[in-house]
Amino acid sequence: MRVALFITCVNDTLFPGTGRAVVTLLRRLGCDVEFPRAQTCCGQMHLNTGYPREGRRLARHFLDVFAGYDAVVAPSGSCAATVREQYPRLARAAAPSSAPVRASAAAPVRPPAPGAIADDGSAAFADAVAELVPKVRDLSEFLVDVLGVTDVGAYFPHRVTYHPTCHSLRGLRVGDRPIRLLERVRGLELVPLPAAEECCGFGGTFAVKNPAISAAMCADKARNVTATGAEVLCAADNSCLTHIGGTLSRQRTGVRTMHLAEILAATEGAR
Amino acid sequence: MSGRATFLGMPAFPVNAAAAVQDSQLRFNLRKATHTIRGRRASVVAEVPDWAELRAAGRQIKDHTLRNLERYLLRLEEAVTRAGGHVHWAADAREANRIVAGLVRATGETSVVKVKSMATQEIGLNEALAAEGITAYETDLAELIVQLGDDWPSHILVPAIHRNRSEIREIFLEKMAEWGRAAPEGLTDEPRALAEAARLHLRERFLSTKVAISGANFMIAETGTLVVLESEGNGRMCLTLPETLISVVGIEKLLPSWRDLEVFLQLLPRSSTGERMNPYTSTWTGAVEGQEFHLVLLDNGRTGVLADEVGRQALRCIRCSACLNVCPVYERAGGHAYGSVYPGPIGAILTPQLRGTTSDLDASLPYASTLCGACFDVCPVAIDIPEVLVHLRGRVRHPRAERLGMRAAGWVFDRQERLTRAERVAGRLRRFVPRRLPGPLSAWTETRDLPDIPPESFRDWWDRTDGGTR
Ligand code: SF4
Repeated sequence: MRVALFITCVNDTLFPGTGRAVVTLLRRLGCDVEFPRAQTCCGQMHLNTGYPREGRRLARHFLDVFAGYDAVVAPSGSCAATVREQYPRLARAAAPSSAPVRASAAAPVRPPAPGAIADDGSAAFADAVAELVPKVRDLSEFLVDVLGVTDVGAYFPHRVTYHPTCHSLRGLRVGDRPIRLLERVRGLELVPLPAAEECCGFGGTFAVKNPAISAAMCADKARNVTATGAEVLCAADNSCLTHIGGTLSRQRTGVRTMHLAEILAATEGAR
Repeated sequence: MSGRATFLGMPAFPVNAAAAVQDSQLRFNLRKATHTIRGRRASVVAEVPDWAELRAAGRQIKDHTLRNLERYLLRLEEAVTRAGGHVHWAADAREANRIVAGLVRATGETSVVKVKSMATQEIGLNEALAAEGITAYETDLAELIVQLGDDWPSHILVPAIHRNRSEIREIFLEKMAEWGRAAPEGLTDEPRALAEAARLHLRERFLSTKVAISGANFMIAETGTLVVLESEGNGRMCLTLPETLISVVGIEKLLPSWRDLEVFLQLLPRSSTGERMNPYTSTWTGAVEGQEFHLVLLDNGRTGVLADEVGRQALRCIRCSACLNVCPVYERAGGHAYGSVYPGPIGAILTPQLRGTTSDLDASLPYASTLCGACFDVCPVAIDIPEVLVHLRGRVRHPRAERLGMRAAGWVFDRQERLTRAERVAGRLRRFVPRRLPGPLSAWTETRDLPDIPPESFRDWWDRTDGGTR
């Protein structure tokens, strides 16, 4: 099985430690992961902010880069959800203009050659989406569903609370997979987060476009986090963690934030 | 009497929301009310083993009806006419208001009682009637509070959700006399006392008013029947006592048959008030027992929405307000910030489609969401609100600085070499990032610290160590 790591642009640039943790963790579980170097960004920011043209271009690039892999694992709920939820929409939106291509019996649609996914309006785009999208998984899905493990052999003797980010929860529907993984970490004390399912108020550009509401939402989230008495706030998305962590740090709460991958990669002796 | 300000010319959502979020009384009222209804809804929905199937059926029935809207509307018109009612078609708000005003004038009356109705709020009927010298009296308790308080509704189901008991008491004491029977002296803020004051005030009105105006939750094409669901029974008083009944209904409220209604009689009360069944369900077909009946079918932008393949799902909405009650943004911003009778997530996708996105306010509405998806999860007709929000964002005009920034980011992301270079520059400048950012980005650093930029990106680490093996 060829497994590709989609690191995501945010992790690549700001949180390389999360990427290293994913690599360590997967290797420990006997899974050799490749890093296709041509990857950049899934297009989430452009798509969600109202720039579908750029977003579509980046989607096309993503489809090119990851074509041919059996699984693509992404340590980010919102990026995996962008691929899984938004790419099929892009394919559907492109459908009408692709009709004439399909209608011609003389020119049957060919599967795309690698690196040659044609224009967004084409049937090739829709085919590539249909082919790749089911293979793209968030880390917890990959561990539980593909590798079939919940005990990853981790050791992390700390009090931890978990925030199920919106796109993992309601987009990907990862359910209790991350909780099951955390429960098997030796030494870890998992404390439930009150109102866990409520959004932290990040929402990408929402934090900048609607700062007052975003800050009010995050203040409530931070209050719930500190109420647990946890040392570490864990989530499977560094974007949300940046937001909540930035607030926790400004308020000098002393609570650290850690990506799920980093906790699962931790073993005795390390850290 | 009715000198309230208009929604037009309101500032953009972020400005309204920033002001509202400072109002701690408002936030307390909203939080308490939305969390109570939210919890009630969750428990009565969990009771229904086939909720997912019901929801799928609701969606499918609405989609089918919308696809065949013309056919079913004509069938409805025929059935209503056959049953002695009169059907009028209104392309927009102005035409609907003109029709209704004309019908009221023809009766010789100068006052009407109203059943709670979103469609008549949408077209500003009360104000239009006032301009013709006709007074419209709201009879729904919450609408009455809004009307007496010279205020705007801030919630679809509970228009006075932003008011608490003591505020309502003050409004009653101060304003009831102006509109009719005064509030009893020594009125307390006990819910029972407030309800009794409203009952006495309204009873007089029901008995003396000869024309009523309503909306409808559903219209059944096969028989021409209109359906209103309510809690208080005031609607039924309006529907039955007056000599003339005028119903203003959006064309998307249609259902093909009575069998379809069964699905919605389960979906709506549980989603809306969190009840298994609402206390009053009134149905009427055409003109009943000497009552004159007029149905005004309202388009007002709906056929335009229907033409949009992604946006049209908003027309499935049955105005249950479940999406408002779970929305973390609505809970903190309140309904008024949305500048429309349709607040919350549904307002954020419906208002820009009905009114367009030319004003600053309307253009800001698709951004009044974090795309957290809580609304989609509870919507009884499965409207993918985040999908429509994203779709509408692609349509509005963006600020210049943002356009440039997005274009630059797109250029960097186009090629990994560019991203690699950008990451190295960031790594080198990491020590020079200020604690407070300038311009619009200062919104972030106002309340949050920035993450440290690492000296080495992931991809550079991968190259240097050959994927961590060296
Ligand atoms: S969009 Fe859905 S949840 Fe919101 S009011 Fe309409 S039907 Fe109810």
